[in-house]
Amino acid sequence: MSKSKRRAEDFAAEIQSHLALEADELKREGLSEGEAQRRAHVEFGSVSTARERFYLRSRVVWLDNLARDAKFALRQLARGPGFAITAIVVLALGIGASVAIFAFVDAALLEPLPYTDPNHLVQVDEGNDRFPDWPLSYPDFLDWQRLNHSFSSLDVFSPTGFLLRSGAVTEPVQAMRVSGGFFQTLGVHPSLGRDFNPGEDRVGGPNVVLLSYSAWLHRFGARRDLIGQVIDLDGAAYTVIGVLPREFSFAILSNAEFWVPINRLSFHEHSRGFYAFMGIGRLRKGVSVQSALADMKTIAAQLQRQYPTPGREASAGVVLLSEVVTGNVRPILLTLLGGAGLLLLIACVNVASLILLRSETRRREIAVRSALGATPSRLLRQFVAEGLVFALTGCAAGIAVAAGFMRVLSRLVPKDMAANMPFLSAAGFSAHTGWFISAIALSAAFPLAITPILRLSFQPLRDGLVDGDRSSAGRVWRSLGTSMVVVELAVAVVLLAGAGLLGKSFYKLLHVPLGFEPDHLATVAVMAPNSAYTTDEQVIALYREIVRRTSILPGAKLAGVTSLLPVQCDCGIDRISFPGRPYHGEHNDVDERHISPNYLPALGAKLISGRFFTESDDASHPGVAVINQTLARTYFPGHGPVGQRIADDEGGNPAEWTIVGVIEDVREGPLDAPVAAAEYFPINQTRQNEFSLAVRTSQDAGSQLPELVSTLQQIDPNLGVSNEATMDEKVGATQAALLHRFSAWLVSGFATMSLVLGVIGLYGVVAYLVSQRTREIGVRMALGAQRSSVYSLVMRQAGWLTLAGLAIGLVCSLGTSMLIRSLLFGVQPWDGLILVCSATLLGLASMAASFLPARRAASVDPVEALRAE
Amino acid sequence: MPSQNNPDDRLALLQGTLDLLILKTLVLGPRHGQGIARSIQRQSEEVFLVDHGSLYLALQRLEDKKWINAKWGVSENNRKARFYSLTPRGHEQLVEKTSEWQRLTRAMELILNGSSSPSAEEA
Repeated sequence: MSKSKRRAEDFAAEIQSHLALEADELKREGLSEGEAQRRAHVEFGSVSTARERFYLRSRVVWLDNLARDAKFALRQLARGPGFAITAIVVLALGIGASVAIFAFVDAALLEPLPYTDPNHLVQVDEGNDRFPDWPLSYPDFLDWQRLNHSFSSLDVFSPTGFLLRSGAVTEPVQAMRVSGGFFQTLGVHPSLGRDFNPGEDRVGGPNVVLLSYSAWLHRFGARRDLIGQVIDLDGAAYTVIGVLPREFSFAILSNAEFWVPINRLSFHEHSRGFYAFMGIGRLRKGVSVQSALADMKTIAAQLQRQYPTPGREASAGVVLLSEVVTGNVRPILLTLLGGAGLLLLIACVNVASLILLRSETRRREIAVRSALGATPSRLLRQFVAEGLVFALTGCAAGIAVAAGFMRVLSRLVPKDMAANMPFLSAAGFSAHTGWFISAIALSAAFPLAITPILRLSFQPLRDGLVDGDRSSAGRVWRSLGTSMVVVELAVAVVLLAGAGLLGKSFYKLLHVPLGFEPDHLATVAVMAPNSAYTTDEQVIALYREIVRRTSILPGAKLAGVTSLLPVQCDCGIDRISFPGRPYHGEHNDVDERHISPNYLPALGAKLISGRFFTESDDASHPGVAVINQTLARTYFPGHGPVGQRIADDEGGNPAEWTIVGVIEDVREGPLDAPVAAAEYFPINQTRQNEFSLAVRTSQDAGSQLPELVSTLQQIDPNLGVSNEATMDEKVGATQAALLHRFSAWLVSGFATMSLVLGVIGLYGVVAYLVSQRTREIGVRMALGAQRSSVYSLVMRQAGWLTLAGLAIGLVCSLGTSMLIRSLLFGVQPWDGLILVCSATLLGLASMAASFLPARRAASVDPVEALRAE
Repeated sequence: MPSQNNPDDRLALLQGTLDLLILKTLVLGPRHGQGIARSIQRQSEEVFLVDHGSLYLALQRLEDKKWINAKWGVSENNRKARFYSLTPRGHEQLVEKTSEWQRLTRAMELILNGSSSPSAEEA
């Protein structure tokens, strides 16, 4: 209805009509034309009062004033564009950074899992304290599924790989084997076709496959008639039964393209001692993670009594799936959010102090306006409007900055890593981000509006008209302005120290001893199809051919193959015992690698005693092993391990290995973990169909990669060849390196911005103080003060502010670095050098910033200064 | 003659009564502001003094509350005028306000007429 917006003109017309009607009636009652008009007016009373009352009663007045205030505020901004631009840029940076980081935090921590009711999804495993994510064995899974009371459904998955053959091309593809109810447990329904039918996951079930959306789109051209057709995986025919929804992702192995039911178990997988299946459970309503864990532990203990296995300990783990997926990025994101928050704080304080400075120069204007009758509330509203205009324009600019930041940030996350964190790609502007922006806008507008109000209410009218800053109000205000600078400097110290610590951690991480030479090392992953390479002889012949052909390539020096390349993960765990020593199921868990004779020499590993493997260490000879120094130190303290034996259980087959060599630790696990004990077996005695090739090159390793790939394809076009990369790239792309690089770069960015903002703030305040004291300085100089003493006057004042900021900042940074210590590597939270460096850097920058106003003060011409008033 | 009474004898309207009078006046059919003012004055036998500024504000208020509707139209003597009419909600309000007012006046009457005897006893 337009009634609420009735216009004043309409109202005036109505009054006119009233007057005319009344005059008509009076004329009818016998009055003359002129008299009737006059009487009508008199009877009505004041027309203008009625119109004014109409005008005042409607909301228009309020809006009018607001619009006028906003317009005035904009005009004020336009009058001092330098000030306005500075303030808005500063705000935009602060707001943009925090909004961008918040978008990531929101995507990662608030909405990480694109499944139905994700808060009831848990990872279920046989983890213990030492290996928290220890998988389940298949028989255990079946028993747990049958016996538990905590889950409405429990399923398992196990990553695998296939060779996909389409036409003449064979490609290795990532795949996942899942138990039948897997997608129901997640609450995911295929967008095309159907889910697995009950029974398809029973042993001997049909070869059926679900495709990921991207596999369907990119490998099969999104053909809808693909459903029901047959594709070739590992030489076997699989019927495509469905396509998963586009938004489906499984963070733990998100690039799995082919999803098949577990209906064929390998020899090992029948064993209760072969752990290869990760559990996903959906908690029943009202069941907590703790009670589910207790339930699983009871079942594990019961199974252990039922099937006693030496070397096995009843253990169980139940963790929220969201914890599993985002656990390692959480501290980083929270740190970044904290950093962004501090930056925003600096930005707001900075702009607030800028506004204060300006309101100081506008004292006379305000005094004049109130002398002319502007009420205090009217003046206050004016300042509130200015604060709002700042906050809103700052926010609008901030949103643009945030969009840019987000693009940069998501580019900073390399593809491999982003694939494991699909939730990050969801970072963007969402409802949550919208709320966050509004909250920021309000909380930024508040201090911006409130500071001039505080200032104004201190100020009696007379002081404003009489210029010159001699009132007590001036002092109160000045202490407020200066304490703001102290806050800014303190926050800058905190951020600088944080950036220093993270940067040093990153440096330490990259310079952690590897135990091999990563430069000039080319690597590539190879997968030999199970259908073509079935016997040990065939596979061993393949290894030998690959090593022979690649090591005679021009530029190649030495080549070797391994089951797993170094610096990837502490996985491929083996539990060992020592023949001749009593064994009671201790957790002697070591990294197990299967390697060819030249692999360790190709890496550049150093032999301490004994020998490396030779080609004669094959199935016709007794089992041998090379161990690393940590294993030797841990399990053979005090005597030479060469010649000693270790025993393990190769999926139900007990085996013994004689140690023939000890090497210096090669870092098999992540950069930021302590080196684990490791054993190496000859790959000729323990064949692997999936392995990696490492080639030491004399030229740049990257340039060798294409040749390696083509050589492998010449050897057998059916080999799956993937992940060709130099070792340096591999190390740099590990999660530990990426996470540390990410946090170090971002926090350094925040610290740089905060340094600049803090120093600008200090400059502003010192410049203001100098301008206020121009006359005093003039008097001093007229009375004979030297320029040097004027310098020291100003610099001393700036120095005190800086010192106060540094002191507070150093104390606070001790606290904050304790908070981020989980992100630190090889550096203590109280690293003295870094604290001193941050303080020095800030101190120098501050002195430089105060030098300019000091010089201006010293160059004051006393005559001019005194005449100025 | 427009008014027989001396203006000094007229009563200013009690707070809140104007709305009720307007609604009551509109029961008989749509009217414009000047007609409403006249009608109130005439029906109260020229006792009420209708402040025209207040009247139009009251009309605006009632219109905002959707108790009455307004439409520009033409008066009987061919002048453009804004005609007000009751809405169903206005009708409900009229009934409610009228009974409220009657209860109020009855109570006032009880007190004003009955108060003389007890106070006389006390004195």
